[in-house]
Amino acid sequence: MSDITVDSREETPHAHHHHPFLQHHFEDLGQQHEASTLGMWVFVAQEILFFGGIFAAYAIYRTMYPEAWSAGAHHQNWFIGAVNTAVLIGSSLTMALAVWAAQTSRRMLTVWMLLATLILGSIFVGVKGYEYYDHIHHGLLPGQSFTYVHAENPALTPGIQLFMVFYFSMTGLHALHMIVGAGLLLWFMYRAWRGDFGPEYYAPVEIMGLYWHFVDIVWIFLFPLLYLSH
Amino acid sequence: MKSDFPLFPEQASTVAGSVDTLYITLVVVTGAVSLLIWIAVFYFAIKYRRRPDNELAQEIEPPMALELAWTIIPGIIFIGIFVWGAWVFFRIQRPPDNALEVYATGRQWMWKFQHATGQREINTLHVPVNRPVKITMASEDVVHSLWFPSFRVKRDVLPSRYATMWFQATKTGQFHIFCAEYCGTEHSKMIGSVIVMDPREYQQWLAGGPEGSLASQGERVFQKFACNTCHTGDATARGPVLAGLYGKQVMLTSGNVVVADENYIRESILNPQAKIASGFQAIMPTFQGQVSEEDLLKLLAYLKSLTPPQPQSRPLAPESPASLIQSRGARATSPATASPVNQGNQP
Amino acid sequence: MTSQTLHDVRFSEPPRTRNYLNVDYGVFSWLLTRDHKRIGILYLISVTTMFFVGGFFAFMMRLELLTPEGDLLTSDTYNKFFTLHGIVMIFFFLIPAIPGALGNFILPIMLGAKDLAFPRINLLSWYLYTIGAIFGVYVIVTGGVDTGWTFYTPFSTQYSNTKVFATTLGAFITGFSSILTGLNFIVTTHRMRAPGLTWFRLPLFVWSMYATSVIIMLATPVLAITLVLLMVERTLGVGIFDPTIGGDPVLYQHLFWFYSHPAVYIMILPAMAVISECVAAFTRKRVFGYTFVAYSSLAIAFLSFLVWAHHLFVAGISLYSAMIFSFASMLVAVPSAIKIFNWTATMYHASVSWQTPMLYVMGFIGLFTIGGVTGLFLGALGIDVHVHDTYFVVSHFHYIMVGGTVMAYLAGIHYWWPKITGRMYPEWWARLSALLVFVGFNLTFFPQFIVGYVGMPRRYHAYAPEFQVLNVLSTAGATVLAVGYLLPMIYLIWSLFYGRKAGSNPWGAVGLEWATTSPPPLENFHETPVVTWEAYDYPAFLKAMRETQHV
Repeated sequence: MSDITVDSREETPHAHHHHPFLQHHFEDLGQQHEASTLGMWVFVAQEILFFGGIFAAYAIYRTMYPEAWSAGAHHQNWFIGAVNTAVLIGSSLTMALAVWAAQTSRRMLTVWMLLATLILGSIFVGVKGYEYYDHIHHGLLPGQSFTYVHAENPALTPGIQLFMVFYFSMTGLHALHMIVGAGLLLWFMYRAWRGDFGPEYYAPVEIMGLYWHFVDIVWIFLFPLLYLSH
Repeated sequence: MKSDFPLFPEQASTVAGSVDTLYITLVVVTGAVSLLIWIAVFYFAIKYRRRPDNELAQEIEPPMALELAWTIIPGIIFIGIFVWGAWVFFRIQRPPDNALEVYATGRQWMWKFQHATGQREINTLHVPVNRPVKITMASEDVVHSLWFPSFRVKRDVLPSRYATMWFQATKTGQFHIFCAEYCGTEHSKMIGSVIVMDPREYQQWLAGGPEGSLASQGERVFQKFACNTCHTGDATARGPVLAGLYGKQVMLTSGNVVVADENYIRESILNPQAKIASGFQAIMPTFQGQVSEEDLLKLLAYLKSLTPPQPQSRPLAPESPASLIQSRGARATSPATASPVNQGNQP
Repeated sequence: MTSQTLHDVRFSEPPRTRNYLNVDYGVFSWLLTRDHKRIGILYLISVTTMFFVGGFFAFMMRLELLTPEGDLLTSDTYNKFFTLHGIVMIFFFLIPAIPGALGNFILPIMLGAKDLAFPRINLLSWYLYTIGAIFGVYVIVTGGVDTGWTFYTPFSTQYSNTKVFATTLGAFITGFSSILTGLNFIVTTHRMRAPGLTWFRLPLFVWSMYATSVIIMLATPVLAITLVLLMVERTLGVGIFDPTIGGDPVLYQHLFWFYSHPAVYIMILPAMAVISECVAAFTRKRVFGYTFVAYSSLAIAFLSFLVWAHHLFVAGISLYSAMIFSFASMLVAVPSAIKIFNWTATMYHASVSWQTPMLYVMGFIGLFTIGGVTGLFLGALGIDVHVHDTYFVVSHFHYIMVGGTVMAYLAGIHYWWPKITGRMYPEWWARLSALLVFVGFNLTFFPQFIVGYVGMPRRYHAYAPEFQVLNVLSTAGATVLAVGYLLPMIYLIWSLFYGRKAGSNPWGAVGLEWATTSPPPLENFHETPVVTWEAYDYPAFLKAMRETQHV
C-alpha cells in the first residue's frame, strides 16, 4: 500500500552528523532553526495584539479625558524614565552581541554578554520598582489605597486614577515580560557556559534576542505614552 | 387579539410593516436558495451513489465562470440585503421632530417611566396611538435593553448615558415590554406592558397627573440643589444661562465646540469640570451620587422647557387641538437639534 | 475489477507493527507524552467530557423551559446554568475540539511530518487547557457564575456576586492553550511539510486549520488583555468599565467582540476543514474549486476581524459605524457561500458513499446553510434591531455551532476513527445516531427561530405563556438530540474492543494519513514521504490501484 502512494525517499546518506540538539522530528538543524525563529515571530505577533488591546483602551480613554491624562503624565519623572530607556536600549545591544558571540563560538563572551543583559534588565526592573514605590507612597496606587487628590481640579482625580490604572497595567505587564526574560537569560547563561552553542546551533539565543528586542520596543512605545504625553 | 400560539408577532407600529416585509422577503429568498441546495445534495447523493460501476468519480474541471458566478451573484444579493436593511434601520433610528417625549429609567429589575406631564409608572407605559413617542432613557445600574416586540424596536439602556428610541403605535391595545439584555437574577421578570390608547382616553388618563408636569418637578429639583444661586439666568452670573441651552452649540475653554445634548447636560451636572463653557470658571461642585437618575431626567425636562432669552418669532410645530399635552420638550426638539442618534460620550 | 482492487486495499493489512498506542504503556507515558497523536487523544477525551458537562446544563435549561413559569430551577440557578453552558461549550469544547483533538492528530500526518514543530509546547497547551478546565469545574462545584458567557460590564464587575474572577481566569488560561496550538500549527504548516508538498498540494483541512490558527493568534490575545482588565476592575473597582467614575462599559463590549466574533470562525473553520476532507473522501473526487475553497478560508480569517460591532447595533454605536459593520458582515457571508456551493458541486458526477461521515456532511451542508442565511437576517440592520438578543439569535448560532461544528466534529471522529484506533465503528448504529442527531437538532432549534421572531428574549427563565408550544417542541427535540449524542459514546467505546480491525485505508481515500498504517507508527511514517501528486488526486490513485492489480 505505502509503496503505491508514497515514494520512499531516496536513501540519502545523512550527510550531517547527528547533532546532539537536533530534535527527532526535524530533518536537520536548518529546519529546526527556521521553525524556532518563525515560532518566535508568530509569538511576537501575538504579543503585539496582546499589548495592542490595552493600547487601544488607553487611546480611547486618553481622547475622553485629555486633561486627566496630561495631569497623570506630570506625575511621572521623565528623567528616570529616560535613563531607564537608555538602560534598556543598552541591554538590547548586549543581547545582540550575545547572539553574535554565540554564533561565532565565543563561549565566555556569550556568557558575559548575557550576564550584562541580565544586569541591565535587572537595573531597569529595579528602577521601575523604585518608581512604583514612589507612586504608592504618594497614594497613586489605584483602588483602596488611592488617596491622591488633584489640588487644582479635584474633578480630575478619577481620570488620574484611570490613567494610573493604565500606567500600572501596562508597565506591570511589561515588567512581567522582563522578569520572564531574565529567567530565560539565566538558563541560557548556563547553557552557553556549558558550551551548547556554536555556528550550527544558536537558535535559542537568537530567539531569546528576538523576544528581548520586542520587550524593548514595547517600552519605546510606553515611555512617551506614559511619561511625555503632557 | 392575542392568539395562544402565535407564529408571527403582531404588527403595531409604523416600522413593523417594513421590518416584516424585509424579513418575509429574506425568508422566501433564502428559503428558496437553501431548498435548491438541499435538493441538489440529495439528488446527487442518490443519482451518483456508489455502485460497482461507479466506484470512480468522473473528474470535472471547475469552470471559472461558474466559480465567479457563485462568488459575485451572492455578493450582489448580500449587498442588496444590506442596503434594504440599512434603509429600514434609518427609519427606526431617526425620531420625527414632533415626537411626544417620555423618559425611562431601567434598574434591576423594573422599568420606570416618566411623562412630561408628571405621571410616573412602573412596568407599564401608556402612550397614545398614531403619535410618535420618543423615549430618553438611562440605567441606574447595569446594561438593560428596552424592547417592544410588537413595535419591532429595541435599544440598550446604558448606565450613566442617555440613549433614545422612538416608535409610533398604530393599534390600540396592550403589548409586551421586555428587557432584552441579560441583567441579573430577575432578568426575565423585568417585563411590562405598553398600553396604546386612543387620544381621547389618553387625555383622560393624563388628567390624573398628580405632581405637576415633569418640567415643573424639574424646577423644584433645580431649586432644591440651589442651582439657581449661580445659574440666575443673568448673562453676568457665575454660571452660564441655561435657557435655550439645549441643542445649542457651546464653546468650551479648551477651544472645542460641543452640542449641548442630553449627555452633555448630564455630564455637566455630574462631572462639571469635564467640559467648562468658555468664559466661566471651574467652580461648580460635582453632583455625582447626589442626584438620582429620575431627578436628572426631571432636570433635563426642565432645562429643555426653558425658552431662549431672546424670543424670536420662530415657527412652532402646529399645535393639534387634541394635545394640550404637546410637551414643551417637543418644542425644544426643533429641527435644528434633531440629531439622528444619541451619540453621547462615544469615543 | 476495480471493486476487487479496492477491497484489497481496504482490508489487506501489513503485519501489525509497533504503533503509537502500543509503543509504551502506563499513565505517565500518556501524561508526559510529546507525541502529537497521544496529545490529540488527551484532547479528544477532555473536550468530549466537557461537551457532556455543557450538554447537561443545556438539557436542564430545556427542561425548565417546558413550562412558562420558572418552576424547576430558581432564577439564579437557571442563570448560572446558561452561563456555564455557554462557557463550557465555547471555551472548553467548541474552540479546542477540532483543532485540539483532530487537528493535533491529523495535521502533522497530512503534512508528512513526524510531529508538530514544538511537541513540548503542544503538551503545555493541553495542560493549560486542563488547568483552565479545572478552574471551570471549581466554579461549577463552588456555586457557579451568572454573568452569561459574555461577562458584560458593569454587571460582571460590580453587580454579580458569583465566581466571576475564577471563571475569567480559567478562560484566560485556556486562551493561551489555544494560542500555543495555533502557533504550533502555523509553524508546522510553514516549516514541516514533506518534500514536494507545496501549498497548493495541501489538503483543504490544512488550509482551514492554518486560517483558524491565524485568527487564534491575532484575536485571542485581545481577549486575554480584556479579561485582565476585567479582573483588575472587579478586584480594585478603579473605573475601567465603571461609568460612574468615568469608565465605558461599551468599550468592554467592543474589546470582547473583537475577539469573540473572530472566535466564531475559530469554531467553524475547523469544521469546514473536516467537511472538505470528508466530501472528497466519500465522493472519491477532488474538491470542486479547490483554490476558491482554499482562499475562502483566508478571506474568512481576514474579514472576521472587521465585523465585531454587529453585536452592538442596538448598544448605541453611531449610524455610520453600524452601516460599515453591517456591510462587512454581508461580505463575510460570501466565502462561506462559496464553500457550500463547491461542496455541493463536488457531489456532481461523483461516487457518493452513504457511509456515516458522509451523512454528517450532508447534515452539515443543510444545517450550516440555514445557520448562514439566518446570519444575513441578523446582519441586516433593520431586522437585527428586532431580533437582537432573542431566541432567533440563539437558534442562528446553534445552527452554526451545533449544526455546523458539532456535526463536523462527529463526521471527523467517524472518518478518522479507524486511523486513530485501528478499529471500525459499527456502521448501522452510527447511521442511526447521525439520523437522530439531524432530526433532534432541527426539532430543537427550528422552533426557536419562530419563537424568537415572535418575541421571546434569550436568557429568560420564565416566559410569556403564548411561547409555550414552540418551547415544548424544542425540549422534545433536545431529548432526541441527547440520545443521538449518547449513542456514539457507547458504540465507539464498544468498537475499541470489538470493532472490526481497520486496514491502512478503509475508505479508499487519498491523503498522507491513509498512506500509513492504522494506527500510525510513533513517527507517523516508516519513511518520510515525498509528494508528487496534487491534493485529492483520485484518478491517479485509482489508476495506480488498477496497475498494481495487473502486475
